[in-house]
Amino acid sequence: MTEKKIRVLVAKPGLDGHDRGAKVVARALRDAGMEVIYTGLRQTPEMIAEAALQEDVDVVGLSILSGAHMALTPRVMELLKTNGQEHVKVFIGGIVPDEDVQSLKAMGVAGVFGPGASTEDIIRDVRTAVTG
Amino acid sequence: MTYSQAVLSGDRLALTRLLTQVENNVPEGREALIELFPYTGKAHLIGVTGSPGTGKSSLVNQLALYYRKSHEKRVAIIAVDPSSPFTGGAVLGDRVRMRDLSGDTGVFIRSMATRGSLGGLAQSTANMAQVFDAAGYDVIIIETVGAGQSEVDVARLAHTTLVVEAPGLGDDIQAIKAGILEIADILVINKADRAGVENTERALKSMLDLAHPTEHVFQHHGQSMRTVAPVQDSFSAPMWIPPIQKTVATEGKGIAELAESIGRHVAHLTHSGDWSLREKNRLEVELDALIRETLVNQFMEEVSQQQYDDAVQRIIQRKISPWEAAKSLMNGRLK
Ligand SMILES: Nc1nc2c(ncn2[C@@H]2O[C@H](COP(=O)(O)OP(=O)(O)OP(=O)(O)O)[C@@H](O)[C@H]2O)c(=O)[nH]1
Ligand SMILES: [Mg+2]
Repeated sequence: MTEKKIRVLVAKPGLDGHDRGAKVVARALRDAGMEVIYTGLRQTPEMIAEAALQEDVDVVGLSILSGAHMALTPRVMELLKTNGQEHVKVFIGGIVPDEDVQSLKAMGVAGVFGPGASTEDIIRDVRTAVTG
Repeated sequence: MTYSQAVLSGDRLALTRLLTQVENNVPEGREALIELFPYTGKAHLIGVTGSPGTGKSSLVNQLALYYRKSHEKRVAIIAVDPSSPFTGGAVLGDRVRMRDLSGDTGVFIRSMATRGSLGGLAQSTANMAQVFDAAGYDVIIIETVGAGQSEVDVARLAHTTLVVEAPGLGDDIQAIKAGILEIADILVINKADRAGVENTERALKSMLDLAHPTEHVFQHHGQSMRTVAPVQDSFSAPMWIPPIQKTVATEGKGIAELAESIGRHVAHLTHSGDWSLREKNRLEVELDALIRETLVNQFMEEVSQQQYDDAVQRIIQRKISPWEAAKSLMNGRLK
């Protein structure tokens, strides 16, 4: 009947203030036909993994502006794995130095988007990561 | 192998996968539903509906907390938000207001988009509720935005429907417009900390009096006197008149009273026999829909697109009437 909908969890871990960027991305993914579960500010890795499980998402997008990506990302990935969701693709949005991008990708992160990334790029990469 | 056994033994990964299969209406999901059906029929289904932004999610958050703390009930939440009719995508944001429930394995929150299929929403919501029911969730809360027929259908699924209002929303005449008052078992005025609560309450009361003309208020020597006519229905149980409950969901005020009200409604349903009546209606609707779906599928298999298109052409040319066309496509099975 319909092709399977891509479900994406957009989360904002850490303590930094606003979520404008995350909301822009959420709306762009919606406009690309995806179902985006938006969880709001100040999510702990535990909350993110739990939401990812309950929502059976294909993708988790983490918006991290605080520079805490190297601490938060491995924790989220570890919890996803514990829950049996190692198939979930993880994307990071934020200001990430080049050398960290390398280590994040080595960790299994599917993509890292800096402030300059276009929504077209994000949509394309998310779709390719899920559908192969 | 379906996920049904794993779901029955409490596996949350299996539960979440099965919910997806059921929502997408794939054969594995259908198969598992058949296996799980004997384990359903125990949960209390609570519908929560109302205009956008009235505080439904905040209220669901508080109710779930209450059921966890005071009754140790396991709570499942199905939070429905609209899909965009243009792109088919959706932003599902109800979880933002439910963060207090995070970290409690006795609560399972699932967001769901309407996906714009006619009548399909009610069916997939019913199926997902059945999965939660079989998985042992005692209370299943379904949040929908009160806007259209599909929400009314979803409400029909619930044993108890809460309609949530808030002060200052175009002074509440919207409620009648949507015909939503008729589905309310309990009316909630949330945001009772805001100005205009009295107006909202008065408006709702007068609407209720119109809908349920069993309660008469007399002005007698300046004193307000109230008589309740004990109207008996066919089960000779008193009629249920929707109570109005005031809450401040952001502060947890009025929640215990609301839960008590819900409890009274359950007792009423049980004593009056309405619980089984609603159950019967619901299962009948489900059976009817399946019969219809099966017949239509059978028809599609027997009749080719070519035959169908030819018939349409002949109707347009006024060679035959739609009735005759249907009759011949159905191979004379239409009497
Ligand atoms: N003052 C006040 N604000 C409230 C109350 N309950 C909820 N709100 C606020 O109202 C806004 C909407 O609350 P939600 O719980 O998201 O409302 P909703 O009905 O679920 O919204 P939709 O799902 O978008 O239709 C939020 O900013 C809440 O903090 C209340 O009792 N008093
Ligand atoms: Mg909501």
